[in-house]
Amino acid sequence: MTTPSAQESLSTSNVNYSKVDKILERYEYKKSNLIAILQEVQAHYNFLPENVMTYLGTKMNVSPATVFGVATFYSQFSLEPKGKYVVKICDGTACHVRGSMPVYNAVMNRLKLTDGKFTTEDGLFSVETVSCLGACGLAPVCVINEKIYPKMTPDAILTIINNFVAEEGV
Amino acid sequence: MEVKNLLNIEDLKQKSIEKINKEGLRVLICAGTGCVANGSLDIIKKFEERGINVQPLGEKEKMTAVPTGCHGFCEQGVLVVIPELDVTYVKVHLDDVDEIIESHIKGGKPVERLLYTDPATHNHVFKNEDIKFYAGQTRVSLANCGEINPEALEDTIAADGYKALHNVLAENNPDKVVEEITKSGLRGRGGGGFPTGRKWMFTKMARGDKKYVVCNGDEGDPGAFMDRSVMEGDPHKLLEGMAIAGFAVGADEAYIYVRAEYPLAIKRLRTAIKDAEAANLLGKNIMGTNFNFDIHIKEGAGAFVCGEETALIASIEGERGMPRPKPPFPANKGLFGKPTLINNVETLANVPVIMLKGADWFSSLGTDASKGTKTFALTGEVNNTGLIEVPMGTTLREIVFELGGGIRNGKKFKAVQIGGPSGGCLTEEHLDLTLDYDSLIKAGAMVGSGGLVVMNEDTCIVEVARFFMNFTQNESCGKCTPCREGTKNMLKILEKITRGEATLEDLDLLEELAMSVKDGSLCGLGKTAPNPVLSTLKYFRDEYIAHIVDKKCPAGVCTALKVIEIQPDQCRGCSKCSRICPVGAISGELKSPFTIDKEKCIKCGACLDSCPFKAIIQK
Repeated sequence: MTTPSAQESLSTSNVNYSKVDKILERYEYKKSNLIAILQEVQAHYNFLPENVMTYLGTKMNVSPATVFGVATFYSQFSLEPKGKYVVKICDGTACHVRGSMPVYNAVMNRLKLTDGKFTTEDGLFSVETVSCLGACGLAPVCVINEKIYPKMTPDAILTIINNFVAEEGV
Repeated sequence: MEVKNLLNIEDLKQKSIEKINKEGLRVLICAGTGCVANGSLDIIKKFEERGINVQPLGEKEKMTAVPTGCHGFCEQGVLVVIPELDVTYVKVHLDDVDEIIESHIKGGKPVERLLYTDPATHNHVFKNEDIKFYAGQTRVSLANCGEINPEALEDTIAADGYKALHNVLAENNPDKVVEEITKSGLRGRGGGGFPTGRKWMFTKMARGDKKYVVCNGDEGDPGAFMDRSVMEGDPHKLLEGMAIAGFAVGADEAYIYVRAEYPLAIKRLRTAIKDAEAANLLGKNIMGTNFNFDIHIKEGAGAFVCGEETALIASIEGERGMPRPKPPFPANKGLFGKPTLINNVETLANVPVIMLKGADWFSSLGTDASKGTKTFALTGEVNNTGLIEVPMGTTLREIVFELGGGIRNGKKFKAVQIGGPSGGCLTEEHLDLTLDYDSLIKAGAMVGSGGLVVMNEDTCIVEVARFFMNFTQNESCGKCTPCREGTKNMLKILEKITRGEATLEDLDLLEELAMSVKDGSLCGLGKTAPNPVLSTLKYFRDEYIAHIVDKKCPAGVCTALKVIEIQPDQCRGCSKCSRICPVGAISGELKSPFTIDKEKCIKCGACLDSCPFKAIIQK
């Protein structure tokens, strides 16, 4: 998916960082706020573009390597654009013993994704596993763009995915 | 609402109660993460919309919908509780709202089909207290979860919220607070079990002009959600516990580190902090005294290792969350280099109750060395999944078979995994073991944060060990070699075993590696990462051997070791299986036995369930 903001980040010349500047200002350029800054930057761009991370480092007076180091340490951050629908399959212990993997495999097959390729060509869907959402009583669960779907089965998740596909008219 | 001076907390409580009484008949609807997923927000909205015009039977003039935190019984969500009518409705859908209002609230006739049915007696159960899942519990840290509206300060105040802080400030004796917590015998609920009073003492004694309190809400242990429940269901109790801790150790600033996967908890905490500040229960000159205490929220970004205290501190400082060697302990050199008290959510949620009811009351619960209660997240293959709080020393049998209602679908109990990826497994022989910090360590497991995943006969124990090793290997921060490389190689061997490619020498190597990782790692993550392997090897060695020597997975889980066959004498040649096979591996002529092409078969098992003659078997 190429949103205007993603495009903006991809061209290196004439980049408008005004939004990033606003975030930096609000967090007072403080190193201790780096994670929160990255979270907001990611919310804006939908991922962390490399040039933006360099910009952050320069503005905050820390090395770009430090910014990159923090960004790659935490699983919440993505250095690549994610799909419009981010499908998170919970693979915490409770979900795992109640069959989260068949649910995961069903989605991956449906969207023709493989381990190593987690976003569809058309940029509509990204699939990932998370280690626990804390909704263990409803295992196995999956989250699509903040909405939690309880007690999933391979059939149930395919219905949900197909509905999204139909909505998008692809 | 502002507390002008220390004396009017009782007054405030009365006012809160009056305000609540004006709400009429209160309908409590669970708005925890689990029930929200089941659509509780729409149900709340519908109750609210209908509420204005409802005249309940009896004296109350109106009805009010009250969103609450998690009741713990997530399996039965959405839960709707009407305390004044002594009723708990389970599995409520949007369409049921009208019937509850018309039949019960207005007409006085309970809706039987929405009552909980006891799986053993098949009888309808009206009250929470009569549901076995609740009957066996003693709720201390979870006492208000599901009972109050977490986003309404009056609800908290009416339930004696901030009264403990009030008393502590009135007495103005920090030493006595530390003494009381020490006397209560409270130990860290995050897993370590370190005596809380001693931790407070160390931080109190540490020299420094500035001190911090940090609440560890990075509940990363997969399969545990008690901290989420407290933060979502009773956020003020946590804030009050932190303020008492801050007063005791001499801190004026605090952080709550919440994992990013808990957006609802973050939202409720933010609201609670704002409301408490507005009411002068937090912030500057709390309740008119000279005690100042500010609480900030830090959102985690997804790293299990941040549950380790030094890693968590690094993460708050904006760094990679990597642990450092101790000493110096955070009590002396913690956040921003200052003395820091760091406690887990559940630990801090116990503090106001202890200060209110007394150390003696608290220590009357539990066992000799483990006082009080412990919450457990009961999940997996058990009938009643959810969150429970029981006195320390409750047996595993009571938890799984009484509260949990036994194993689902009449299957056989095999084991429980307790304490998550750092814990171990307990088997049938441990069913009568009393659960406390020390008995579990002796059995090769640990309380951990209290995740309790029940497994039945269909669970492959080797696969579970592989699952945990995969988790810890992924979450290893990479700082020290035994953990970084050791877990990776242990995972490789476990994968070989589940594929049926391992030898007995590999098993020896696995054990040797496990000991090296345990002994050689810096922090708790590495030190405990081999536990699931060691404990499963101890109790289920024969299953490992079956995978290695016989090339068989006794539970029939490990795909590589599965063989799916059609029994020619049973097959009628109906072709149903060949039509359902996703890879076209089954072929044959109608009315004569079909066969499976083993090269093509992906062992998904779809054909097994499809055969009307049960001719397809899995070996």
